[in-house]
Parts: sequence; structure tokens; C-alpha cells
Amino acid sequence: MSENILTARNLVKTYTQRSGRFGFGYTQVKALNDVSINLRSGSTLAVVGESGSGKSTLARCLLQLQPLDSGEVLFKGQDLAKLQPAALREMRRNLQMVFQDPFASLNPRMRVGEIVGEGLLIHGLGSAAEQQKKVIAMLKRVGLTEADMQKYPHEFSGGQRQRIGIARALVLHPQVVVCDEPVSALDVSIQAQILLLLKDLQQEMALSYIFISHDLRVVRHIADDIVVMYHGQVVEQGKVADVYAEPQHSYTRNLLAAIPGKKVVNG
Amino acid sequence: MTVDPNNNQIASLLQLEHVSISPKKMPSRLLVNDVSFSIEVGKTTCVVGESGSGKSLTALSVMGLLSKQLQLNSGKIVFNDKQSGVLDLTSLDDESLRKLRGDKIAMIFQEPMTSLNPVLSIGYQIGESLTTHQGLKGERLKNKITSLLEMVGIPASRAHSYPDELSGGQRQRVMIAMSIACEPSLLIADEPTTALDVTVQAQILKLLNDLKTRMNMGMLFITHDFGVVADIADNVVVMFRGQIVESGSREQVLGNPQHPYTKALLDCVPDAEGKKLLKPIDYAWLADDELQELADEAMHE
Repeated sequence: MSENILTARNLVKTYTQRSGRFGFGYTQVKALNDVSINLRSGSTLAVVGESGSGKSTLARCLLQLQPLDSGEVLFKGQDLAKLQPAALREMRRNLQMVFQDPFASLNPRMRVGEIVGEGLLIHGLGSAAEQQKKVIAMLKRVGLTEADMQKYPHEFSGGQRQRIGIARALVLHPQVVVCDEPVSALDVSIQAQILLLLKDLQQEMALSYIFISHDLRVVRHIADDIVVMYHGQVVEQGKVADVYAEPQHSYTRNLLAAIPGKKVVNG
Repeated sequence: MTVDPNNNQIASLLQLEHVSISPKKMPSRLLVNDVSFSIEVGKTTCVVGESGSGKSLTALSVMGLLSKQLQLNSGKIVFNDKQSGVLDLTSLDDESLRKLRGDKIAMIFQEPMTSLNPVLSIGYQIGESLTTHQGLKGERLKNKITSLLEMVGIPASRAHSYPDELSGGQRQRVMIAMSIACEPSLLIADEPTTALDVTVQAQILKLLNDLKTRMNMGMLFITHDFGVVADIADNVVVMFRGQIVESGSREQVLGNPQHPYTKALLDCVPDAEGKKLLKPIDYAWLADDELQELADEAMHE
């Protein structure tokens, strides 16, 4: 059993939502209700659930992109929620994110070279020449070319943009990468390429992934452990193979039963 | 199952024959290229392909809903229904097409969020086609709306609700109620479950399948998900860059695919058991110039 690189304990996050027909009322929505997870070093932890289950909120709260109401997030034993802003910024080198929508998550006015290199610039890693070298190496590693540095995001297809997003996240050599539905906007052929790329990079760079997804077929393929969320709570967690073979919670059983094409395609 | 011009006998509900579609300004660039397939009464034909394969355009051409920038270059779309008789949809004028749409041929779209009118109650929207096509009014219209809502699993009391008060799955149920209101003989569904959660998707697929059997509808189902195909299709048509690369029964195409593209596409789909090794798609079967074209297109998508 490898050690935990990221641990979240008793996370609570409440949103205030306008309600009623004209939005005059307010209701409290518990997006995270006492959520605890463990990410083992070098492994992939999948977070699954339907829309509104709190899985994206969890991703954002883990990286401190949103403040928590209570609970702690420990990265190698250090509580991220208690860090001062400057220290947190420093720490973010190790914690990166790949976003769902490759069309919305890249600045359309920046060249690809600038997008991928921005993290190096912010963290002041190496000279300009070294930074450029790193960017080129990273772009090549994700399947793009040196010439692509000068291009703008709109010149690329969805799958290629997702590769840019991955390069941006990995150029800093992070230890934990949160992938928020990284393949759900892509065609199935492109999806397979990106999944294989993520798996290869995990091996090469000793990455630990938190993989948010609603597609249980993808999760089965890429994850080691799984957390099932429902209405802001963790209803089940364990090894992927165990949970798929013997789901304990009725919601997990529903999710697994709803996978389309189980019998024919695999039979 | 071809058209016999002498006695007009065809067994198929819908038959596409050599349909080609291109932009009006570039008639040589075929977005849909010589597509022929048929849909039988009470059966589902799934059209599968990646984005840009022309599957949605094919569906829209059946409805006569192609955008003004596009044109049907050639081909026939023969619709054969007991009441309307044999019709070539490509040669109908707008007025006759309008009479068919929503009545004998109905369509469900991908986005249940954007395809409902936000300022009209769902009951009103379901009733619209009944008033237009069948002249239903008053109490009879109300009763029909009630029974339709119950058929798709929404309490009849929700007839006065507005689309924003419903969840995504409920909205798609409303869309289905609207489309089946006039008991169409052909239902066209363009990725109706892509925007939905898996559990909701499973419910909607089951509902569509039940309704298809109950009303003996033919269904043209557009999807990119082979899992959905396995659940719902009787026949499968695989499209790639505007052309059909393979078609046949579900068992044939999924169980024993012949074309390398179909095989490659099936290899990209992860399975729920995690036994299968995922493979990146392989276009090795394409000629060199076609490969180059594909790469160029990917860059300019």
C-alpha cells in the first residue's frame, strides 16, 4: 500500500442559491457534505456521480480554487486551506488541473507557447531560453510540434486543444493533477488517444490523478480507486475492480446498471 | 427493398437513395456523399459516426430542414406511410413538408434545454401540433395532453409548468411527448441522450424503445456512442466523412465488423469490465492522400 499524497478530511461546502419563481427566496445547497478521500501516490482516483452530485466542487475545493466551509486538505501532510496566499501559490506548482471544455479553458488571445509557458513564467523557473526549451519538449511529448507554439487555440481541433491543456498542466512537473471530465467533450476516437496519453504520462512523470467523470466505462479503464458521490456525499469508495464487481450501495448499482451497451458490446 | 416504379411497392418506411449534400457555394465538396439506407416499420436504424461524419445532416435532410447554405445535390428520400402513400420527400414543396413534419415524421433534438420555448407552458407546447395537424381543441385536447404526459412518465399536473421548472431528463420527456403527439410513423432522434446523466439516459432509452414497440414507429437514431447502439438499434449504419463505410444488423456490425474503420472505432470504446485494451484509432486503411486530407481537416476544424 503506497502512501497518500493527497488527503481530504470532512470537507463541507455550502452554496446559497436563489429559489422561488422570481428568485426572491434563498436555499442552502450542500455541495459537499462531510466528504473525505485519499489519493494514493502514483495512482488514479476516480470521482463519479451525476450532475449536481458535487464532484466538480470537490475538484475545485481540493485545489483551493474555492474556499471551503470546513475540513482540511492535506498535501504531503500540509494543510492547504491554512496556507497564506503566497505560500499557496508556491504550492500550486505541485497541484495542477486539466479542464473539461478545451474550447473555454484556453485564452483565445494567447499563443500556445505563451499558454503552456505561463506557469513557468509565474513561478520564475529558469531563464527565458530554458523555459522555451521546456515548453517545446512538453508540446512534443503531448503530440504537438514546435511550430504550434506560434499558433492560437482556435487553430486547433478539440482533441489537440485538450493536448494543449495537458501540456499546460504538466510543464511544471506537478505531483497531483486533477482532471475534470477531460474527455467528455471529445469524440470516442479522440477520447481513446487522450486517455492513453494521460496513462503514459502518469507512468513517465510519476503523477497522481484525481479523475472526475460521469462515464463509468472510462473510469473502469483509467482508475485504480473510485469514489461514488451522490447529493454531496460519498456513498461508496474502494478499488475500482471491487466496486464494479460488488457494488454495495444501491446508487452505485443503479449507475452500473445504466451503462449503455453492457451486454452486447462486451459479450 | 428497392422502389419498383411500376407498382410503387416498397417494404421500407423510409428509404434514402444516393443522397448527397454539399454547400451551395461549393457543390464539389460533398458533406454527405452517396448515402443509401432504409428504415423498416417498427425498427430502429442507428447512424453512428464521429463529429463531422454527416450523420446529423442526413437526419435533417429527411425532415427538409437543411440550412439555407446547403443543398441536396442528388438522391431521393422515399417515405412510405399507409396514409400518405409513397412520397419522395426531396420533391415536396414547403407546404406539404410542413404538413408531414410533426405529424407523420417527428424529430427529437439533442439539447432539451434549448429546444423548448421558455415562455410557453409544456402542456401548450405538447398541444400545438395536435391543434395544427388534427384540429383538437378544448376538453379533447386537454385529455390528449394528459395521456401523453402520463405516457412519458410526467404527472399530468405538470402541464402548467414551464421548461425552467423541469430537470434535463424531464425536458427530454416533454420533447418526446411533443414528438409522439400525432403518432408519427417515423421518429428521428438526434443524439437525444448525449446531454443527460447515464441513469437518466438509461430511462429515456427504455422509454423510446417502449414507445417504438407500442406505436410501431420506425426510428432513425443518431448517436456517437456504441453502447447506446447496442441497447437500442436493430440496424446500424456507420458513417465516416460523409460516406457510409458499413451497414447491417446490430449483431453483424457490432459482433463481426467488416470495415477497418468500424473495428477501429469499436476498439476506442472502453468497456465496463476493463478487460479490453484501449487502442487509439488507426486510419491505416486510408490512402495516403486521404490521410493528408484528414490531417488538414483536423487542423482547420
